[in-house]
Amino acid sequence: MPSLQAIEKLIGNTPIFDFSFLSPSSSVQLWAKLEWLQIGGSVKVRPAFFILKEAILSNKIQKDTILLDASSGNTGIAYATLGRALNIPVTLCVPENISIERKFILQTLGAELRYTSKFEGTDGAQEVAQQIYEKEPQKYYLANQYANEANWRAHYVTTGPEIWQQTSQSVTHFVCGLGTTGSFTGIARYLKQQNSSIQTIALQPSHAMHGLEGWKHLETAIVPSIFDPTLVDEYISIDTQEAYAAIKTFARKSGLFLSPSSAANLVGLLKVARQVSKGVLVTLLPDSGERYFEVLKDTLPSL
Amino acid sequence: MATIIIPTPLRKFTQSQFTFETTAKTVGEAINELINCYPELKNQILDEQNNFRPFINFFVGDSDIRTLNKEQTPLGENDVLSIIPAIAGGL
Repeated sequence: MPSLQAIEKLIGNTPIFDFSFLSPSSSVQLWAKLEWLQIGGSVKVRPAFFILKEAILSNKIQKDTILLDASSGNTGIAYATLGRALNIPVTLCVPENISIERKFILQTLGAELRYTSKFEGTDGAQEVAQQIYEKEPQKYYLANQYANEANWRAHYVTTGPEIWQQTSQSVTHFVCGLGTTGSFTGIARYLKQQNSSIQTIALQPSHAMHGLEGWKHLETAIVPSIFDPTLVDEYISIDTQEAYAAIKTFARKSGLFLSPSSAANLVGLLKVARQVSKGVLVTLLPDSGERYFEVLKDTLPSL
Repeated sequence: MATIIIPTPLRKFTQSQFTFETTAKTVGEAINELINCYPELKNQILDEQNNFRPFINFFVGDSDIRTLNKEQTPLGENDVLSIIPAIAGGL
């Protein structure tokens, strides 16, 4: 079985892609980290690994302890990947309407799935995970990615410093969508401690019923307890249809097939680019479009 | 009376009600009745052209109305109309 240290080497240090050719001004640089280029295939392996590592090192996970959490996708896949590598069983509460790709990947990796109401999204799945835990607390470690401090710390320790180094300490704006809020909170906190003038801009779906997998419309959802709103300099709303239309545009211009939330982050980055006269703007691209065929096949503008 | 089941993200706009009873005869009429009762729902459910927003699925029983007669899909006395997020994650 691989050690924690061996797996840690497969996480982070993702490349940063120069999108400045999309910039409205030659004095505005655009950069984005390609987060699917690590084990687990998405940004979520960073918090999943930190959550697992902290739980193992503090003996909250011992022999036969089952990792339990709510997830609709990437965090679940990251847990299942790492759990398999570290021989830790994984039980996930997932809304029954998760996509066929996710069910297939999670089942292949051997995660136990508990299906929750299709009406309630991940908020409902979180409640079910809590109930399962309360019935048998000795059996499970409830990871609760929405409240687990290791979630944002993963980004504070890895992603934030990577951005700082990869931009040669010149980053002026960080732009990112809010889901569990771990990426935004950890990276914004780190960057502002390096240079308090760095602007950190949070993106939100424009409507409660949106199509940006992983994002939360905080006005109508349970706000994750790890979220620190004092880190937000500005909120920008992103329309789902604008992001979906951009998937094709970005694919044709960059050769990168982005997921809806990655495209939404890039749309947000371009909105900020149009507001500033100069700067070095950075975002994350959480995953590629290859896990989204079910939702994309009916909604991508005709090719 | 048919029953509309309202998903969690929209309950903020329905004074936390999770069902709505209607005598409407089609899905379109039922949703309009719901919006008339809770006007804040309009922008959440309908786009600028008053079409149903994509990424929201409407099911009568187990059938997606896109496979039936869309907004004109008839609603029977005991039918259940479910409004379901097209994606499971986030929301």
